[in-house]
Amino acid sequence: MTRMGFFTDTSICIGCKACEVACKEWNDVPDDGLNFLGTSYDNTGALGADTWRHVAFVERPRGGSAPPSSPPVNGQDAGSSPAADALDTGSAGVRWLMSSDVCKHCTHAACLDVCPTGALFRTEFDTVVVQQDVCNGCGYCVPACPFGVIDKRESDGRVWKCTLCYDRLKSDMTPACAKACPTQSIQFGPLDELRDRAAGRLGVLREAGVSEAHLYGADDNDGVGGFGAFFLLLDAPEVYGLPPDPVVTTRDLPRMWRAAAGAALALVGAVAAACARPR
Amino acid sequence: MRPAPVTDETATGYYGNPVLKAPVWKPVIALYFFTGGVAGASSTLGFAALLAGNRRLARSALLASAAGIAVSGPLLVVDLGRPARFLNMLRVAKPTSPMSVGSWILSAFAPASMLAAGSAVTGRLPRTGRVAAGAAGVLGPAVATYTAVLVADTAIPAWHDAHRELPYLFAASAAASAAGTALALTPVPDAGPARRLAVMGAALELAAFRAMERRLGEVAGPYKEGRAGTLARAAEACTAAGAALGLVAGRRRPVAVAAGALLCAGSLITRHSVFRAGFESAADPAATIGPQRSRRAAG
Repeated sequence: MTRMGFFTDTSICIGCKACEVACKEWNDVPDDGLNFLGTSYDNTGALGADTWRHVAFVERPRGGSAPPSSPPVNGQDAGSSPAADALDTGSAGVRWLMSSDVCKHCTHAACLDVCPTGALFRTEFDTVVVQQDVCNGCGYCVPACPFGVIDKRESDGRVWKCTLCYDRLKSDMTPACAKACPTQSIQFGPLDELRDRAAGRLGVLREAGVSEAHLYGADDNDGVGGFGAFFLLLDAPEVYGLPPDPVVTTRDLPRMWRAAAGAALALVGAVAAACARPR
Repeated sequence: MRPAPVTDETATGYYGNPVLKAPVWKPVIALYFFTGGVAGASSTLGFAALLAGNRRLARSALLASAAGIAVSGPLLVVDLGRPARFLNMLRVAKPTSPMSVGSWILSAFAPASMLAAGSAVTGRLPRTGRVAAGAAGVLGPAVATYTAVLVADTAIPAWHDAHRELPYLFAASAAASAAGTALALTPVPDAGPARRLAVMGAALELAAFRAMERRLGEVAGPYKEGRAGTLARAAEACTAAGAALGLVAGRRRPVAVAAGALLCAGSLITRHSVFRAGFESAADPAATIGPQRSRRAAG
């Protein structure tokens, strides 16, 4: 089956949070608290057991550099579109970055690797999903994820995260967040197609002088073997709260088992040495 | 709770929020690292003592092993979000999951350890008891070290980046605590191997912790300051005092008991320090972002 995924083009995200709402509605995700976080328009905070889409709002001083010209949106001149305004508020002002974060559905998924029950599995769409009737709430996947995506729902005891709307995919439907996105910042489709589209979009932005635009998670040779849900970002990943160079922890597992074998042998050696001498 | 000053604003990421999720494990898991360590190393010590003909030492070590593993099981089950589903741990066998590997090791080790202890205490089924003691003795080092791989196989810098040293730290800590337990439970004339193992285990435990701190470099912070750092220093003091006491005056029974208690305390606190350090490391965005940025800059 074709690998399906998300391409989140943050250059045209307007921060409406329709994705957050649609995800909650469709997937029946409990509320994540009525909070005032004091972090721009972000009162959601981070991805978690009860937050499967999270819109980040970054307010960054422009610095001294001249603002880039307004990038064209979808091939047309952006004019005074909200997205262009968001990008370009003048050299003295603040630059707004908005980005809808989601589970990356890694090619090499640490959560799936470390799951002891097999509750986390890879679907026929190459996405990573928790089988809630199997999960026993051991919590191992939580610190294993290099993006801090999956978490335990305390009221429930099990772990939860984005399923890339597995149920909708099975019915040939678009995931709720992508369906609800009014600017096509969230695009859903076969990963190959999305990557082609993203490369084209990156070219358009670069040509328009947005030199800081780059793709995050579109490289099969990165530490997690590429994301099933990748991004076009306008600043360093860490600015959005994303790890700059994530690596699947299990890549080092053979070395860990070898170290454990060495330590186990050392333990046997120490016990043997202790018992060998006449008492 | 926000980390120390940083060189630029993006080093702490998005409003200083953690990049990673902190583990959801409760401190009973740190306690399990200790009880599992005592159980694992004690079974090896017990089997070696059995082979050497030291029956009294064998008996106390096999008993400690069974007691340790009897406590461990419930500790692991109560920490699950859905304790009733604990048997799902044996639904699959996955070498990529240290918890799966550990579950299978424990389900072979626990009955062997219990059988060996039962036979040693009652004197019944001596041949079966010996076979069981052998099985538990061989599996013991795996029980004592797989937990190190379990914490290292996460994205948390203070755990993951210590993956070469943690198994040695856990093995040594297990040896010291098993030797301490045996020291306290065994009459002095038969406790010679326990005294020697105590010194070796304690020395390696202290050395492994230092080596781990050196390896971690810029992400070693939690082991040096804060609550995990305080625990680390306390563990070091207990372990060193226990080993010294056992070495100098371990032939006097009350002193041997005190030395054993100190070694066990040192091991228990070491596990809590490592456990705690993981939470602090996960909460610090700079610990996640900094090394990754350097790595990327280096190409």
